[in-house]
Amino acid sequence: MRFTKDHEWVEVDGDVATIGITAYAAEQLGDVVFVETPDVGKTVKAGDGFAVVESVKAASDVYAPISGEVVAANAALSDAPETVNAAPEAAGWFAKVKLANPAEVDALMDRHAYEEYLATL
Amino acid sequence: MSAPTEGPLKTTPLHAAHIAAGARMVPFAGYDMPVQYPEGVLKEHLWCREHAGLFDVSHMGQARLRGVAPLSAFEEMVPGDFIGLKPGRQKYSVLLNRAGGIVDDLMAGRPDDDGLFVVVNGACKDNDFAVIAEELGGQVKIERLENRALLALQGPEAAAVMGDLCPAVAGMVFMDVRALAGFGTDLIVSRSGYTGEDGYEISMPAAEAARIWTALTADPRVKPIGLGARDSLRLEAGLPLYGHDLDETVSPVEGDLTFAINKNRREQRDFPGAARIIKELAEGPTRIRVALRVVEGAPAREGAEIADAAGAVIGIVTSGGYSPILKGGIALGFVGPAHAAVGTRLKVIVRGKAQAAEVVKAPFVPHRYVRKL
Repeated sequence: MRFTKDHEWVEVDGDVATIGITAYAAEQLGDVVFVETPDVGKTVKAGDGFAVVESVKAASDVYAPISGEVVAANAALSDAPETVNAAPEAAGWFAKVKLANPAEVDALMDRHAYEEYLATL
Repeated sequence: MSAPTEGPLKTTPLHAAHIAAGARMVPFAGYDMPVQYPEGVLKEHLWCREHAGLFDVSHMGQARLRGVAPLSAFEEMVPGDFIGLKPGRQKYSVLLNRAGGIVDDLMAGRPDDDGLFVVVNGACKDNDFAVIAEELGGQVKIERLENRALLALQGPEAAAVMGDLCPAVAGMVFMDVRALAGFGTDLIVSRSGYTGEDGYEISMPAAEAARIWTALTADPRVKPIGLGARDSLRLEAGLPLYGHDLDETVSPVEGDLTFAINKNRREQRDFPGAARIIKELAEGPTRIRVALRVVEGAPAREGAEIADAAGAVIGIVTSGGYSPILKGGIALGFVGPAHAAVGTRLKVIVRGKAQAAEVVKAPFVPHRYVRKL
């Protein structure tokens, strides 16, 4: 699993990346009450807002950590947005994206580097 | 008014208690205030609806108006009947500018024989008290009560908690206010609040606040509640928030606060902006605050446009969010009179998407005020 400074995670399987928000992000947001996932077929660029996660208090953008075409979205989150809090780095995934540029993944932090980054916040 | 953005943040007498409780602190109205405690906004919200929530609202402005006929002097700034206000009662009102716009909303009451006790919004208090002082003239003086803290205890178990810990509140009903002895000190207690629940607002000497906070939070029925849930609770109760749903351009008729314009004052027409307000009462305002249930999609938040069924923009959301009780989006906003009737189907535009919404009767969650014992 790889991580961004905006607290998204990426898990690559073949040429498809599963994307979600980290446990740290989920804890900071508090109880998630609504998730807007991207439409399947949409092309996203690394750094673009591609999903929205809402707590009682506020809406927050989720940025695409890598570029590519959205091939799946986690429909279960519309009925059970609390999954993002319960299992942010597993069942609470947001979308799967077919990698346009696999080298983008290598530029992301590994878990050790991400944890070191969290320690600076 | 928006919160002051310059200068160091002020703190309430309970600042250390919030930190010790693990609160996440944010700047609000010039103060460093708890937005949530470790359990989070959703659980705090539900706890207050089911048990009793304790809020530090010491950032709000407290003052006394004293002198010759303070009630009639105060009446000149507001549309409510305060000369007729009975001892032991308080009333919600709005401070008006000369154009009939709302300078702030407030509570004013008679807890004792010592003039009028006024509580205003924290973000507005410096301006409010300056405006009031200027309007009062020489016979009545305003004294800010800077050395007093204010707590709110809200929820269906608030009355039982106060019955055990502060028995002098016995016999009080909604909108009663009393100066009384409780928690070993002198208090001003009203049976009112900003959540739609039964509850109390308790003014106390600042030096006693931490001790009273500890005594209340030691009760297993009571948990501290931050500003996040304070906002979602007041929104479910359909209560407007000054600086968002109300401002200097909004009249009490536009703000759907006509209950605060008393009958004798309508006849006397002697409050600021009376010409505009009487005209709006007779002919209807050009815009009015409504309650909207967002039927599908994301919650609509402040600034979201409101459109008619054909897609034309006809209004704006002034506060909105997620209702933990209704498990969906709710909002307050302004629309023209043609779109204000309960049942009108509208759209809210959230991130470019038009989502179905419907004008509903406020409150979203029924009030549970105790009006008689």
